[in-house]
Amino acid sequence: MIAHDEALEIIKQHVGDAIVIAVYGTAVDWHALRPHPLNYFSVGAMGLAASHGLGIALGRPDKRVIVLDGDGSLTMALGTLITVAGAAPKNFVHILWENGVYQANGGHPLPAREVTDYAGVALAAGYRAAYRFDDKVNLAQQIRSLLAEEGPVFVDLKIDPGPVKKRDYKPLRAQALRDAFKAALARA
Amino acid sequence: MSEKAAPQPQTAPALRGEAILREIRTSGIAYVLALPDLHTSKGLLHPLTRSGDPPIIRLAREDEGIGIASGLSFCGKRALLLMQYTGLLDSVNALRAVSLDYKLPLAMMVGLLGHDPEKPPHESPRYGVKVVTPILDAMGIEHHTLYDDRDLGKIRTAIDRAYDAAEPVAILLARSPVPA
Repeated sequence: MIAHDEALEIIKQHVGDAIVIAVYGTAVDWHALRPHPLNYFSVGAMGLAASHGLGIALGRPDKRVIVLDGDGSLTMALGTLITVAGAAPKNFVHILWENGVYQANGGHPLPAREVTDYAGVALAAGYRAAYRFDDKVNLAQQIRSLLAEEGPVFVDLKIDPGPVKKRDYKPLRAQALRDAFKAALARA
Repeated sequence: MSEKAAPQPQTAPALRGEAILREIRTSGIAYVLALPDLHTSKGLLHPLTRSGDPPIIRLAREDEGIGIASGLSFCGKRALLLMQYTGLLDSVNALRAVSLDYKLPLAMMVGLLGHDPEKPPHESPRYGVKVVTPILDAMGIEHHTLYDDRDLGKIRTAIDRAYDAAEPVAILLARSPVPA
């Protein structure tokens, strides 16, 4: 298992000026770790992060789009993997935070925790490549090249769920963040 | 000798798919985000597939289209979500969270399968159609109904409204479009 904060730190070192879309607890912590106008946050309707990311990837094929998804969120919209595979955006990297629990909703387990092979599902759906990491050393060694690969690429991170943290999602919903994101995209 | 005047051929009301597509194109739509719907299959989605203009992103579920359209909107690109009314009903939370809470534009074209096109949607004989406009009204979502070709001008108005005001707007197809 990889510690949540360590996974974020490793990814942060290699994202460069990519657009990053994150969900729920990961979004709160990502925003604190990498405050950047090209961050976008998908909270309020679970399961849509990859859809937002696909729209941005289609709209800006010149930019790398990285989605930091949750396993609870993705489980609500597994069909999205097929939609992404069909659209086949080359600039799209889908990173899954597989901690096995609904972290934002009390830490309850997913329906098939430690049973579902998300990387296998993504590959079977038609992603160009899918990877799985359960230790930080391998992740740190390979993340740079994975983020540069032709997409759609899926990266399943086995994350230690740790204790349930109470997080404040309200700041992520601020209109100012979306305005800054749109302005940054126009400049980028 | 007097003859009875031949009855004038009456043109049945129709909604022409090609005319709808012209309106979609001139409204600046970059992508159509679609799930097949029997109501729009023959008259709209098949002709659109053949033309490839605008390109289609095919969805697994309708609410994905709300996320994709929002992503495209941040990049300055317009999309049209083409779906059956059942998909609209299935997408209520995404509409609430993304389009309304986040104030993001969304243009929807919704097929009212099974509706009697001589009636307004809220008087539909089909329960699922009958509840569509009351739900949109309750959510504060603007909607326009296309009964026949005389309503084609509503398409551009609705799409412009969605993108100018950054809000969701629904175009309801009361009648199944014909191919030409």
